[in-house]
Amino acid sequence: MQTPDTFTLPLTGMITVALLAFPFISGLLCLFMPKQAKQVALASTLIQAVITAYAIYLFDINYRTGFLANMQGIVEMPWITQLGVKFFVGLDGISMLMVILTNFLLPLIVLSTWKREFKQSSLFYFLMLFMQSALVGVFISLDAFLYYIFWELALIPIYFIVLIWGGENRVRITFKFFIYTLSGSLLMLAAIIWLYFQAGSFSIGDLYNLRLDPSSQRFIFWAFFAAYAIKIPLLPFHSWQPDTYTTAPNAGAMLLSGIMLKMGIYSILRWILPITPHAVVAYADVAIIMAIAGVVYASWIAIGQKDFKRMIAWSSIAHVGLITAGVFTLTQVGFQGALVQMIAHGVNVIGLFFVAEIFLNRLNTTQMENLGGIRQLAPVFASTFMIITFASAALPLTNSFVGEFLLLNALYETSYWYAAIGGLTVILGAVYMLRAYKTTMLGDVQQVAGFADLSLSEKMVLFPVVALIVVLGVYPQFIFNLTDESVKFLLFQIDQHLATTL
Amino acid sequence: MEQLAWLIPVLPLAGFLLSLFLGKGTPKNILGSIASLMILVPFILTVSIFIPFANSVDQEPIRMVFFEWMHIGSLSINYSIQLDQLSLMMMLVITGVGFLIHVYSVGYMHDDENFHKFFAYLNLFVFFMLVLVMGSNYILLFVGWEGVGLCSYLLIGFWYKNPEYNKAANKAFIMNRIGDLGLLLGVFLLYLRFSTFEFNRIAFEAMQIDPGDPLLRNATLLLFIGAIGKSAQLPLFTWLPDAMAGPTPVSALIHAATMVTAGIYLIIRSNVLFTLAPFTQEIIMIVGLVTAIFAATIGLKQNDIKKVLAYSTVSQLGYMFFALGLGAYTAAYFHLFTHAFFKALLFLGSGSVIHAMGGEQDIRKMGGLKKYMPVTHLTFAIGTFAIAGIPPLAGFFSKDQILASAFAHNPIFWVLGLGGALLTAFYMFRLFYLTFYGSFRGTHEQEHHLHESPKTMTIPLIVLAVCSVFAGFVNVPEVLGGNHWLDRFFADILAGSTFILEGQEHAHLSHTLEYILMAVSVVAVLSVIFYARIRYNKNGHVPAADGESIPAWQKLLVDKYRIDELYDAIVVRPVIAASTWIQKIFETNFFDRIVNGVGQVVILSSRTARFLQTGNVGFYVFAMAIGILAILAANLFLN
Repeated sequence: MQTPDTFTLPLTGMITVALLAFPFISGLLCLFMPKQAKQVALASTLIQAVITAYAIYLFDINYRTGFLANMQGIVEMPWITQLGVKFFVGLDGISMLMVILTNFLLPLIVLSTWKREFKQSSLFYFLMLFMQSALVGVFISLDAFLYYIFWELALIPIYFIVLIWGGENRVRITFKFFIYTLSGSLLMLAAIIWLYFQAGSFSIGDLYNLRLDPSSQRFIFWAFFAAYAIKIPLLPFHSWQPDTYTTAPNAGAMLLSGIMLKMGIYSILRWILPITPHAVVAYADVAIIMAIAGVVYASWIAIGQKDFKRMIAWSSIAHVGLITAGVFTLTQVGFQGALVQMIAHGVNVIGLFFVAEIFLNRLNTTQMENLGGIRQLAPVFASTFMIITFASAALPLTNSFVGEFLLLNALYETSYWYAAIGGLTVILGAVYMLRAYKTTMLGDVQQVAGFADLSLSEKMVLFPVVALIVVLGVYPQFIFNLTDESVKFLLFQIDQHLATTL
Repeated sequence: MEQLAWLIPVLPLAGFLLSLFLGKGTPKNILGSIASLMILVPFILTVSIFIPFANSVDQEPIRMVFFEWMHIGSLSINYSIQLDQLSLMMMLVITGVGFLIHVYSVGYMHDDENFHKFFAYLNLFVFFMLVLVMGSNYILLFVGWEGVGLCSYLLIGFWYKNPEYNKAANKAFIMNRIGDLGLLLGVFLLYLRFSTFEFNRIAFEAMQIDPGDPLLRNATLLLFIGAIGKSAQLPLFTWLPDAMAGPTPVSALIHAATMVTAGIYLIIRSNVLFTLAPFTQEIIMIVGLVTAIFAATIGLKQNDIKKVLAYSTVSQLGYMFFALGLGAYTAAYFHLFTHAFFKALLFLGSGSVIHAMGGEQDIRKMGGLKKYMPVTHLTFAIGTFAIAGIPPLAGFFSKDQILASAFAHNPIFWVLGLGGALLTAFYMFRLFYLTFYGSFRGTHEQEHHLHESPKTMTIPLIVLAVCSVFAGFVNVPEVLGGNHWLDRFFADILAGSTFILEGQEHAHLSHTLEYILMAVSVVAVLSVIFYARIRYNKNGHVPAADGESIPAWQKLLVDKYRIDELYDAIVVRPVIAASTWIQKIFETNFFDRIVNGVGQVVILSSRTARFLQTGNVGFYVFAMAIGILAILAANLFLN
């Protein structure tokens, strides 16, 4: 994040490509070094995090190319010339933030598997790193077709991770998950192809310059939105999610909820809002109502859950519902709230699934009623889990308060009722999180005798999570600074589009 | 000294981290001393900043901005403080009483294995409470507001092996959260109108608005919902009696002297808004008065020493809201101030008793403790007289000011207010006589164990007792030769409200009338005390044992009007039942069916159903996808 008057190296395309390719290549290395796959994967994600840190250092928030605000590190070269498909990638503030989310959380996710011995572990880690590349690809693609390919590629590894290393009923559940997400994606593909015929190109700049008539915008809007609503998921497209999160190995659930679902929210910002603003304005209320209904509905169901993982799954639907609602307020505060909350949710949900992993490792169960009394045996674990619990309940000075506060504030400007009903998450979130904490951690020891406190590798996952909770909660401003230009540009793009057509 | 103001909240925070860092291995006296010091130094700093304010009438508020928290477009929230007469008075109480309670806790918690955690949480609580009153905007207030809620949760559930305590902790946090949502929405509404969260700018701009404006009415009602939750008013009061599950010093500091008064602070801080919203004022007055009397009636029949004090706290907070509703902001604060001393004293005294009784809290099993615990007895007596409103103790002056305002508003309110005061006098002396007089009713073992508490506990009792005697002198009315110091001190804080109400009819009580009212109330209270003395001291009446049959109305009071059971039946259980029910009806029967139905159709029509059993269909699709990719990749290289 450089100021313009200091001379530094620009963020070059080399680094963008490195961010994209490095995980995949080291993933291949995992396949060739099956004995050290875990170590290779950890080293790879750490190096990737360092590359990302270097990219942040080079990233110039005030840089202006005249192309999509402060888009930098651009690589643009022909790929499938007959179709006009280009390999076209670059980073603006929003993409950078999503890349940061992906690359800083991946080391934690790999570390979370440290105690677990997977059968065919080389394949497992290959798939994880493959997924990392695909996720980065989604977040940096500036060509719609390229974007679509990465979008689908991201599905493949997670499908196999859940199918091969999942729990009960994994075959049936992954099938449902796959069909569900694929059908959404196909609608999106159709929309992308249709847009190509209008613009004569897949390039994002050309698509942004399209001025479609409002009725075509509506079709395009729904085609994209269906894909994203399933991925996020929003009510009523959520029914794949609780099963999939619950049966997935915890690392897979972390990938799904911590990062992958953010593809959907990111894509609304990147692809729906600037291309079909008329339809967005027309359907913003529908989208917000879907999202907020999900907040209350999912929170309520979360209260009655008996399985800890399933509770996290439902709570996740509630949290991302609020984020999506904030996006559709089409305000600067709503966008920034959504962005910061995506990061916060990613951090917290990884913490929560890791707590589930610890339960599973020690006691072979995540049924809450079989736990209880752990606090007196494992005080360090209890403290970190408590911090994550209150962060999930959006206590001030934790990361998700910032997001929740901004999102509700933005919703309030749209409608009093949106904020009042969405705000029920303040109460319901406390209810299910505190219930879960009480049932699993407090009381006297019943069935958890011998529960060991955190080991070193577990601390290395949970301590960074706790640190991120506090740092982002106390000083979120650097995120707003990073994304400020891009968010303003997005609003400008929407306003301009709305002003110039009709 | 102003430049060091930032240390005031930072030191307790540092104390919190230090206590956790030092942990169990460190000697308890050192841990306790560090934690107490982290409150004492802020107290001294507060006093040094307070002195210039006390000495001059028109001292400008001190505002300092430290750093940016959230800055997005025109939305801007900073970590910034505002020190004025109101926040300084609050800070004096928080750090002053807070320090005494820390010292007391060193003795009280001496045998607890989680001693270090207790002091860590207590320090953290003081930190958040200071943030609450020092912040210069509603968002920092909210940070403190929720933060003290967190500490309250941690300390109520401090003995977490007991499931009942954990339930009480959850209940407190969740009930508070209901209020918190109201507060948050109120703040959003204010932001929508004023585009800022800063207290001074909102108050300044609100002055342009006419009284009775619907926006201000709604905003103040929402803020008041927040206050109801935090200050345990009807209908969100039931968490406070349960909060007595926490160690007794916690009940004194958090659930009597400081945290629960945050709602009063909020309203005085926003006094301009409330003065402009007469409808909200009416509601506050009614809620306050009803709570004051309602909680007092429950207090009549409780036998747990801490429960009596808890209901008494709810009732006294009701008095403060009653005063706020009458627009008597200074009177409300005055009562908050005196109440902080005598209620902290009473709680710490009860802690001393419980300590001596080996954990017993039932006053039916006490009696005659006077001769074993002379210091506790004497200080408790002072607290009891103070809360009953006997001159010249602190409670007399503050309660008298509220009652005088009530009479000026409408004599009926005075009668009701006095009625509540009489109930208070009765249940407090009932408690007092049952505990300290008569003969001991506990076991032999307990009797053998009875002793006066150690110095670290009795010295704070003595200091608080002295304060309970003299605190009322900060605002002695003119009829008693005083000069209304607090009223003049708060003039700047309330300048906006005074300006708005200028020109409105002020029913002013004549001096003669004031004398009469005082005399009537004092005589009435004394007669009630006399009655309690005959009943519980002379006649040695002991409340019925749990199984004994008693008249229905008494049973209703003993059962606290069964409000908890009511909430359980109409809110808690339905919410939980509905959770399972929604899942069954909607998820299993609705969403799943639709999805599976659609899936079935797709599968049947494509005749791939047989792959479903093996899950192979996925592989086929992937083979396809990968094939496409391979083609594309080849294309790239061929180009």
